[in-house]
Amino acid sequence: MIRKSAVEMAAALAKGETTSLALTQAHLDQIAAVDGAVHAFLYVDTEGALAQAGAIDKARAAGEKLSPLAGIPLALKDVLTQKGVPTTCGSKILEGWRPPYDSTVVTNLKRAGIVILGKTNMDEFAMGSSTENSAYGPTHNPWDLTRIPGGSGGGSSAALAAFEAPLAIGTDTGGSIRQPAAVTGTVGVKPTYGGVSRYGLVAFSSSLDQAGPCARTVLDTALLHEAIAGHDVRDATSINAPVPQVVAAAKSGDVKGLKIGVIKELNGDGYQAGVRTRFDESLQLLAAAGAEIIEVSCPNFEYALAAYYLIAPSECSSNLARFDAMRYGIRVGDEAGASAESVMNLTREVGFGREVKRRIILGTYALSSGYYDAYYGSAQKVRTLITQDFIRAFEKCDVLVSPTCPTTAFKIGEKASDPLAMYLNDIATIPVNMAGIGGMSLPCGLAPEDGLPVGFQIMAPAMQDQRMYSVGAALEAALLSKWGAPLLSQIPALAGSK
Amino acid sequence: MSPVTYDEVLAKYEPVLGLEVHVELNTKSKMFCGCTTEFGGAPNTQTCPVCLGMPGALPVVNEKAIESTILIGLALNCSIAPFSRFARKNYFYPDMPKNFQISQYDEPICVNGYVDVAIDTDEGPQTFRVEIERVHMEEDTGKSLHVGGATGRIHGADYSLLDYNRAGIPLVEIVTKIIPGTGKYAPEVAKAYVAELRDILRSLGVSDVRMEQGSLRCDANVSLRLIGVETLGTRSETKNVNSLRSVERAIRGEMIRHAELLNKGEKVKQETRHFQEDTGLTRSGRSKEQAEDYRYFQEPDLVPVAPDAAWIETLRAGLPEQPTLRRKRLQSEWSVPDKEMAAMINADALDIVEATVKLGADPAKARSWWLGEISRLANEREVALTDLPIAPVDVAAIVALIAEGELTDKLARQVIEGVVAGEGTPAQVIAARGFKVVNDDSALLAAIEVACAAQPETAQKVRDGHLPAAGALIGIVMKETKGQADAARVRELLLQHLGHTI
Amino acid sequence: MSSLSRSDVANLARLARIDMSDSELDALSGELDVILNAVARVQEVARPDIEATSHPLPLKNVYRPDVVQPSLSNAEALSGAPASEDERFRVPQILGEEA
Repeated sequence: MIRKSAVEMAAALAKGETTSLALTQAHLDQIAAVDGAVHAFLYVDTEGALAQAGAIDKARAAGEKLSPLAGIPLALKDVLTQKGVPTTCGSKILEGWRPPYDSTVVTNLKRAGIVILGKTNMDEFAMGSSTENSAYGPTHNPWDLTRIPGGSGGGSSAALAAFEAPLAIGTDTGGSIRQPAAVTGTVGVKPTYGGVSRYGLVAFSSSLDQAGPCARTVLDTALLHEAIAGHDVRDATSINAPVPQVVAAAKSGDVKGLKIGVIKELNGDGYQAGVRTRFDESLQLLAAAGAEIIEVSCPNFEYALAAYYLIAPSECSSNLARFDAMRYGIRVGDEAGASAESVMNLTREVGFGREVKRRIILGTYALSSGYYDAYYGSAQKVRTLITQDFIRAFEKCDVLVSPTCPTTAFKIGEKASDPLAMYLNDIATIPVNMAGIGGMSLPCGLAPEDGLPVGFQIMAPAMQDQRMYSVGAALEAALLSKWGAPLLSQIPALAGSK
Repeated sequence: MSPVTYDEVLAKYEPVLGLEVHVELNTKSKMFCGCTTEFGGAPNTQTCPVCLGMPGALPVVNEKAIESTILIGLALNCSIAPFSRFARKNYFYPDMPKNFQISQYDEPICVNGYVDVAIDTDEGPQTFRVEIERVHMEEDTGKSLHVGGATGRIHGADYSLLDYNRAGIPLVEIVTKIIPGTGKYAPEVAKAYVAELRDILRSLGVSDVRMEQGSLRCDANVSLRLIGVETLGTRSETKNVNSLRSVERAIRGEMIRHAELLNKGEKVKQETRHFQEDTGLTRSGRSKEQAEDYRYFQEPDLVPVAPDAAWIETLRAGLPEQPTLRRKRLQSEWSVPDKEMAAMINADALDIVEATVKLGADPAKARSWWLGEISRLANEREVALTDLPIAPVDVAAIVALIAEGELTDKLARQVIEGVVAGEGTPAQVIAARGFKVVNDDSALLAAIEVACAAQPETAQKVRDGHLPAAGALIGIVMKETKGQADAARVRELLLQHLGHTI
Repeated sequence: MSSLSRSDVANLARLARIDMSDSELDALSGELDVILNAVARVQEVARPDIEATSHPLPLKNVYRPDVVQPSLSNAEALSGAPASEDERFRVPQILGEEA
């Protein structure tokens, strides 16, 4: 049962073939069996999940009208607040903190009757591309436990690939949903900025962060997208418009006559060979399905990474200032005679990891007087240029595509000591966040040289998320035909797996 | 070296001022969240994830705060920016939950205004124009209690306790351009400016503007330069200026302090100082030379403010009368001499007198009651005039009753006391205490005869032309009538009775 | 490109309220130099005539009405506090002057 899609599980629930309680328990059992090795979860809310599941079963039995995903279990990235449940953001500084309020994403999940199994591992405060920056130890890629699951949302994507949950929520600032999806062979979407409320999403880079749906199929992802998206009066940057019709688009999967643009600067030149191969094959499949493949150029994309690594650290240096040991989180050094200032300094030194400290200092510098124009100010201009590149490209085509990231999953520890090498993982995903448009990654095969998953990225103009889903669904269907079975059926079995 | 006198300061130096006034808006909810702004809540019961700066919380702008700020800008003759943004001012302090304050930086909502203030000079009343640099919005901080030290102040405290009920209260900051050319009237100009601001803000109804309560706060910047020199001197900023009088004293004090330093050849430190009510002097605070780099950048969680031009014009059309103009108009309508006008303004009694006049009372009478008897009671109880439990409608009623002859002045005073004591409206007090002016001449004559019979020698004295002696007899009549006779009428009748024609 | 000395980084650490050891400061100043050199290229294209983007989407005038909403209870507000007393957050002695 745990290997089914959420849609299949929902059908089973609707037909009475199983209960949410049984479904939830099955997933809890799987977590118990494999998470020792995978370490996708930081906290499993056994009691809470079973209570939620029981409540949905009761409502269903009483004949109440339920949402399409009611009773289906889900893994929640530990960067979103859930009332009364530990939220750490992968950091020591929030160890033990139980928020007194729900994020809007969680409110929406609860309203849809989705059962939240627990909180998943992540790079500390969403900073990283491998989940190695978690203060609680890395997550291991279910395809090969010696490898990274991507980041910052490695826990959520690994949970999907390990069948610990059919649905997951991630957040994406520079690729943190899409890149883990790519290296774990799952689907992940970053909606248009403002499409999903950020209220309760612990901020890393406020003008880039966005929560999004993750699952094993495009349709599951679409259903989850509609469950969490929508305007929120508590988030002044949320879009005040109806949620795009992504489920309908995922069901149609029609690309006939659609113009698909390959971005020259992100076409796979210099990427791992297998990544390039799978990407090109997918283009052929889409062409065979009736799409027109054209080439476009976005010349300012070469500055995207540099601009990102100025904007995101700058905003985070300010966003993370609140972690000062005064109102929540850990407190270190509060001995007799200690001052508030020394307690703050010591707590932040001990509570933050290396990458977080690096970015805070970088951001502090980029914003400081005398340097603002050269760094943060200039980066914000590059953002305008990237947005303009996208606008020009979208005049010529309906969606843009690229490989999601340059390589398949690398070994844990391989890039940990070279920050710049690590940052390059996001080279294809970052432009999407800079412009605030939507981006999806779906699996397009295994790289021949290492047998590891490769991701295909689809980008749609702002507020046109549904286009990603039609193209994604079309490609997924074509690949399914080619493979005969979903890609994840090829994943090596995890010891103890149900 | 003997201390410098004020005159000596002015002989050598020219003061330059800069005034920053913070106003607490009287919105019902906070600037960026829906927590109530009501006073006096139990600690940390008026907070939420947003104003506590919890992880994941987001601000959303209070619409009424925008409107109030625009009104303030319009009333101060500012231009309203067609496009303005919020910015983060980054620094660490335990009373600031996010360790940044959401404020406005290079794109404030109102710019380039002015206020004309009137001061009394040796040459008579003069008007001085204070130019306004900007008006912008920001949020207030929480309040700290420092525990363990001797004075409850931060020095020597062992630890502090934080209450965030006031964190996030909407503040408007009004910043003047530098104010040169005030000469010896610098303290008066500053005081008049703050007073005028207060009156304007009160007339707009956007704030309680009570300096003692902190809803109007003034920071005074002072520097001196040698007369005739262009270059500005180093300035000091004085905080904790909690009353109009303190504004005046603080500036005068700083001018003298700066001069004493400069005369000795020492430098003035650029720093923040705290005004001390008891001594009238300032105490050194945080040195501004080590001021933090605030690393301002646009607040990414909020979107720009672009007020609709038509809306701004509607607000402009609805602006209340300028306080200065209103004062001139009332003074002329009521024919009030300058000194009395000034007294009324100083006693903050203008609104209450106007309200009484609007209810039909004669202006002179209304003034005299409010500034006389009622002020006396207010002073006795050490409360403000407006805090006494007696309203314009009561005073108007009393004035009317006196005019109709239903009350004497003496009785009126007792009625006022009754109202203030909570016995009810004037009519209720009169009924309860049985006040009724004895108007009936025959009743008065009866009492007069009683009095003359009681003191025949005194009566004879009056008959003989010794009129002042009548006072004793009038006293007896008043006693007889329980003070409810009109003393003037009694005198008339008494004198007539004793053979004098009036 | 200006390189960051250890004292530059120490100053930034002070601004950011992080108590770093000397070796940490040294390591960081080296890493930041590399990163800053890489990111400085944004200046190549940031011409004066280009507007900076502050928000991905052109939203403006987003407000909420001046209506009171329920607050957290005192217990909820203090629930995560490392220390509290008399219904308030208790913090160690503050050295800096009040603003």
